[in-house]
Amino acid sequence: MREVSSQVIVDTVARLCMEANYYLGDDVIKAFEQGLQKEESPTGKDILNQLLKNAQIAKHENIPICQDCGFAVVFLDLGTDTCVKGNIIEAVNEGVRKGYTEGYLRKSIVSDPIRGKNTGDNTPAIIHTTFVPGDKIKITVAPKGGGSENMSEVRMGKPADGIEGVRTFVIDRVLRSSANPCPPIVVGVGIGGTFEYVAFLAKKALLRNIGVRHPDPFYADLEKELLQSINDLGIGPMGLGGRITALDVFIETHPRHIASFPVAVNINCHVARHKSAVI
Amino acid sequence: MTDAIRIKAPLTDDDVLKLKIGDSVLITGKIYTARDAAHKRLFELAQKGEKLPITLKGNVIYYAGPAPTKPGYVIGPAGPTTSGRCDPYTPTLLAHGLKGMIGKGVRSKEVRDAMQKYKAVYFTATGGAAALISKNIKAVKIVAYEDLGPEAIRELEVENFPVIVANDAFGGDLYQEGIKKYKR
Repeated sequence: MREVSSQVIVDTVARLCMEANYYLGDDVIKAFEQGLQKEESPTGKDILNQLLKNAQIAKHENIPICQDCGFAVVFLDLGTDTCVKGNIIEAVNEGVRKGYTEGYLRKSIVSDPIRGKNTGDNTPAIIHTTFVPGDKIKITVAPKGGGSENMSEVRMGKPADGIEGVRTFVIDRVLRSSANPCPPIVVGVGIGGTFEYVAFLAKKALLRNIGVRHPDPFYADLEKELLQSINDLGIGPMGLGGRITALDVFIETHPRHIASFPVAVNINCHVARHKSAVI
Repeated sequence: MTDAIRIKAPLTDDDVLKLKIGDSVLITGKIYTARDAAHKRLFELAQKGEKLPITLKGNVIYYAGPAPTKPGYVIGPAGPTTSGRCDPYTPTLLAHGLKGMIGKGVRSKEVRDAMQKYKAVYFTATGGAAALISKNIKAVKIVAYEDLGPEAIRELEVENFPVIVANDAFGGDLYQEGIKKYKR
């Protein structure tokens, strides 16, 4: 059993909150550059160029890429042979508090959904914990913006809907989202499981790097096909018309109940942020 | 952006009426940030016929809640937020003289109709390009609702602030036209 001090968790989470908000992943930068080659709309090209320039400024000046620095969504893969000294949940929240305060990141969380005021430090985090074999802890911080989160949806379909039901729901959800989630978007799709788990799958799908396909060729093909269909919609960068509506589509699946066919679509804006560390 | 139209804020009816969807525009002058929380308060005051903390006549509202300001900076990254959340309040604000709005995303039919009626324009700025956009903001001061934090109303002095006309005063809608043009 390996012991990990909670202060290490605090410092790592704080660092990842800042890095995720300042440094856009190389995969996203590359997707913008490839998008520029394919984009036919002059306005669309102009927007993609602005996004590249924006990412450079944020990186060089250590300032947030977007003013919406997101809900701090934290994934913990906890090795079962590790033992954290102290309260790990409190440590993650302390890390968020530290990262968002010291990093000049916007605090966007209200304490109670109906009666609340801004908590002032972007806590509490949303924490997803998974137990994995081994003596390491992997922490991923994926700050999630509100505009694209608002365009996400869960549908409890019928098993008869099958693959066609998935296609129709995903495409319709993106079409109805139009300009609002800041396209070019990244689309996370969950299929299977239960009502709450399918939403988690769609969120988890967004952690994949752009261009990385599902290991199962059946779902890899479906991802490619959905990406093509979405880009044929013509929504384009910032919804002003164009070829590049999505940068990628990622699917995550889980076994389902014989009676259910849950599908979830979690949309991410072009600021597809996630940073990980292993301790 | 070589053929961008330069305009000064606040706007006149003439400024508004020369703009058409798809125009690239550079705005210089004073504009005000307000998100839906601030809109709700403005709307309620306007409903009661009470005095608003800012003048709407001729002015431009920017739907934005900036990130905190780092030492040595004028303002933190400040890109546009989703405009649709302000839609329920916007027709009332337009009736009180609001001439321009900057945000991102589609507007409701009620807002588009009110824009035609009261002669107003809706611009879109590039969502998520917040670090870049903040370079065109030269001065900032909080003028109302400081308790709302990032959602307070701020007066911004902007210089060549880059936007595109998404909805004009003639019923034009760039979102609909754009999709029509590129749909396969």
